[in-house]
Amino acid sequence: MGEAIIQSLLFLSGFFSIFTTVGIVYELGKEALLFFQMPEISLLETVTSTRWQPHTGDFGIWPLVTSTLITSAVAMLIALPLGLAVAIYLSEYATPRARSFLKPILEVLAGIPTIVYGYFALSFMTPLLRSILGRDVVDIYNMGSAGLVMGILIMPLITSMAEDALSAVPRSLREAAYGMGATRLETALQVVLPAALSGISAAIIVGISRAVGETMIVAVAAGAGPNFTFNPFKGAETITGHIVRISGGDLSYDSVDYNSIFFLGLLLFFITLALNIFSQRFVRRFREVYE
Amino acid sequence: MQQNIETTEKPELVIETRNLNIFYNDFRAVSNVNMSVKRHRITAIIGPSGCGKTTLLRSFNRMNELVPGSHAEGEVIFDGQNLYDPMVDPVEVRYRIGMVFQIANPFPKSIYENIAWGARIHGYRGRMDGLVESCLRQAALWDEVKDKLNQSGLALSGGQQQRLCIARALAVQPEVILMDEPASALDPIATLKIEELIQELKKNYTIVIVTHNMQQAARVSDYTAMMMLSDAQRAGTVIEYNETNIIFTRPQDKRTEDYVTGRFG
Ligand SMILES: Nc1ncnc2c1ncn2[C@@H]1O[C@H](COP(=O)(O)OP(=O)(O)OP(=O)(O)O)[C@@H](O)[C@H]1O
Ligand SMILES: [Mg+2]
Repeated sequence: MGEAIIQSLLFLSGFFSIFTTVGIVYELGKEALLFFQMPEISLLETVTSTRWQPHTGDFGIWPLVTSTLITSAVAMLIALPLGLAVAIYLSEYATPRARSFLKPILEVLAGIPTIVYGYFALSFMTPLLRSILGRDVVDIYNMGSAGLVMGILIMPLITSMAEDALSAVPRSLREAAYGMGATRLETALQVVLPAALSGISAAIIVGISRAVGETMIVAVAAGAGPNFTFNPFKGAETITGHIVRISGGDLSYDSVDYNSIFFLGLLLFFITLALNIFSQRFVRRFREVYE
Repeated sequence: MQQNIETTEKPELVIETRNLNIFYNDFRAVSNVNMSVKRHRITAIIGPSGCGKTTLLRSFNRMNELVPGSHAEGEVIFDGQNLYDPMVDPVEVRYRIGMVFQIANPFPKSIYENIAWGARIHGYRGRMDGLVESCLRQAALWDEVKDKLNQSGLALSGGQQQRLCIARALAVQPEVILMDEPASALDPIATLKIEELIQELKKNYTIVIVTHNMQQAARVSDYTAMMMLSDAQRAGTVIEYNETNIIFTRPQDKRTEDYVTGRFG
């Protein structure tokens, strides 16, 4: 009897999270539909055009999508290797003293407000890039700085989740490797890491979702105004950056801009979903299940 | 110099401990052990629970120092060299003195890869398929797994997993194999298989085995070290070391006699 109550409570809480997701998608979808019902919008143009300029009536999603993907890719390029390296160091090498020193630093990094990171990108990372690569190469507002700083923001997240996954690998596996004369590095990279891959894939997925959805840093540092370019040193507005900018002022209900926000939100949702599925597939190929 | 004379005069000695003490932080778990392990013989370590058998065994290939806070004092001489000399690399030690654990711990890799991995990290250049087959044959596992080498090592039964772990240890081609109660989690049939296997391996390897099982020690081993907590220090030590049949038929120490005849405690 008691068991049944607990079980249905647990089922309800699981159902609740699904219900929330469905509700969000429904709401976004309903408003996005309004967007496509507006006379000036054609679906074909939206998915093929590389111009997004609401005031001239151009609504092609590609400039927003590419800049979202580029900033996210730069961020993951920093956050994934660095985060994994730190996680491996913490779980396989660090002495208790080093751990107790490093972990609070990571927690502080993760706790800094993203607006601060945004201005850090603008007033530190951008000048740094410009002084290294040249002022004519790197724009003042550019996707690269925003992506790099976003990587620093996401790294502690990946570190902490990956470290949990690595620490959960049974000690007996490490002992087996050491007992055969494996070095620490061989043990960490060839035994512990593959065994922890499912947990690490969760870290990667959370990291990607965070990067795609991150708003403040790109709004401040990546540039205002959609721009279809693959050059990370140019300025280009991301989906999230665009949403904050146009929703910032006096946005009237039922205008094209208003409806486009919901469409963009839905787009963001599907990009995240697609990347999640992709990375899960990718990781599943290499992981080794220990239970 | 003296070491050289000793090793050449008694070539059958592979491992010899001298006043070996092992600590967990300040706690002395093993005190003053002087014993030896002879080449191509099976040496059993027996004694009641908690007397330091595992600790002693793991000090023979410096596995014990992986436990934070543990350290050893004294010497373990292997091939004429003190393993605890600061110049000695513990990775090298474990390469030459392999280990099989109480609970089978195959890697979550394929059966094939479980064996090939150890050889590969040590730069094995020969035919890997041949090595995998020969190790599995030596571990009396080949016939059971030859058709499913690509399956996970964890998909095997407990006894098969333990034989896989033995095969894996062989792939590294160690001189000595340390076994910590390798059959304690297995049923009598699987245990018998492991025991037969150990007897077989004696031809090419030196084996040290910890066991709780008196009959097992009597059945498989050539030499036996009897460990017990010494009353004064509450630390485990070897109270008697001799040929197995002497330990089991006419032990010198009353405590050994009580223990091996089951009258202990
Ligand atoms: N990691 C550890 N940290 C602290 N003390 C330990 C540790 N491992 C073992 N000890 C202590 O060292 C002593 C010897 O332990 P050990 O595991 O070597 O005994 P054992 O003879 O192998 O026992 P068993 O037959 O139950 O396996 C015990 O008093 C134990 O509490
Ligand atoms: Mg033990």
